[in-house]
Amino acid sequence: MIEFHLDPRSGVATYLQIVQQVKEALRLGTIEVGDQLPTVREVVADLAINPNTVAKAYRDLEREGLVVARQGRGTFVSNTLARGSLRHHEQLRADFERWLTEADEAGLDEESIKALVSATLRERLARRVA
Amino acid sequence: MTAPLAAEGLGKRFRRDWALRDCTLTIPDGAIVGLAGPNAAGKSTLLALATGLLGPTEGTISVLGLDPRRDASVLADVGYVAQGAPLYRSFTVAETIEFARRTNARWDDRVADGLLTVLDAKTRVGALSEGDRGRLALALVLGKRPRLLLLDEPFAGLDPLAGREFLQLLMDGVAETGATVVIASHVIADIERVCDHIVLLADGRVRLEGNVEELLGTHRILMGPRRPLGTIRGVREVVRERHSGRQLTLLVTTDGPIVDPSWTVDRVGLEELLLAYMAPERLPTPQPPEKVPLRWHG
Repeated sequence: MIEFHLDPRSGVATYLQIVQQVKEALRLGTIEVGDQLPTVREVVADLAINPNTVAKAYRDLEREGLVVARQGRGTFVSNTLARGSLRHHEQLRADFERWLTEADEAGLDEESIKALVSATLRERLARRVA
Repeated sequence: MTAPLAAEGLGKRFRRDWALRDCTLTIPDGAIVGLAGPNAAGKSTLLALATGLLGPTEGTISVLGLDPRRDASVLADVGYVAQGAPLYRSFTVAETIEFARRTNARWDDRVADGLLTVLDAKTRVGALSEGDRGRLALALVLGKRPRLLLLDEPFAGLDPLAGREFLQLLMDGVAETGATVVIASHVIADIERVCDHIVLLADGRVRLEGNVEELLGTHRILMGPRRPLGTIRGVREVVRERHSGRQLTLLVTTDGPIVDPSWTVDRVGLEELLLAYMAPERLPTPQPPEKVPLRWHG
């Protein structure tokens, strides 16, 4: 089962952090259709957050058609974001690991790597739009 | 639905000093309210008025739609933990719970028991740690399944670990009972994690009140080179203006997107927002001595 974590310094609203973590898990295939999300009380007891916040996150996910709430039973994953690409993940991850090692050897720290990746993604997007 | 807590022009004077004045607010049902403000801001006075321990000098307060001084029956639905969680120190844990069970018409053992499993029933209250005393106090108020829970500085005396545990137990109790909660605290970091509604008091007056998400959504920090201020499109009001060297930092309320590229626009955190509204006066700092011959067009 997915376990949520919070970054209070991120400036991202708590309910959005939960939404994003569910989506990320769906993209990576770590949770699948039929899997149950932790109950509101489980999340609340774990993270010491407002139950309304968890309910709001789950409602948002439900509105996007990613989960369904079953009365008295809990909230279940009803859709995927992985789009059949999961089988490629392993190879891509291995290639990326190799690239990261190269970046490491070239002396890039984590911040530089992140900056490079997001800048490249942005440029690629700009080219595509153009 | 009637608001769990509402005040209209509420004021309380002790001798010649007003502890609270012109207090008008409506707490939405199911909210977890952070009642913030420095010491002596009027937080405890507001809670004492809500529990009927004090009567207003002027204005009205209504709790679950009733006047707590006139209809004391409403207090059966209100859980109140005063500052320092005063309990009978010579009672054991079991005696304290028995006392609560007999003095409350409605008592839910399930809620209380869940909180007390880690405590030894025979321990005297005076011998409990601060954290365990907080846990017992919480069991006492949650056991009556209150619709409104008022907590006055519940984190005082708790170390960070006990504070987090208290918050977990409290939030679990809220998930179970659906109670509306008001947590008075002068430490914003203690309540930031859970509150979805803020009432900020300073000098006995409400400085800011509203839904946390809306407040954070309508405030922005603008940073840019120091310059005379004209109007900036998207800015409704400048809450705070700060100069440091050649830099100008503004906290503003917005009424639209701010697209002006000469400003760096940032979201504001709850703590920073409250501190800005808490400041004794919100006047802009004096203009720089050197006059810049430039009019700003936003």
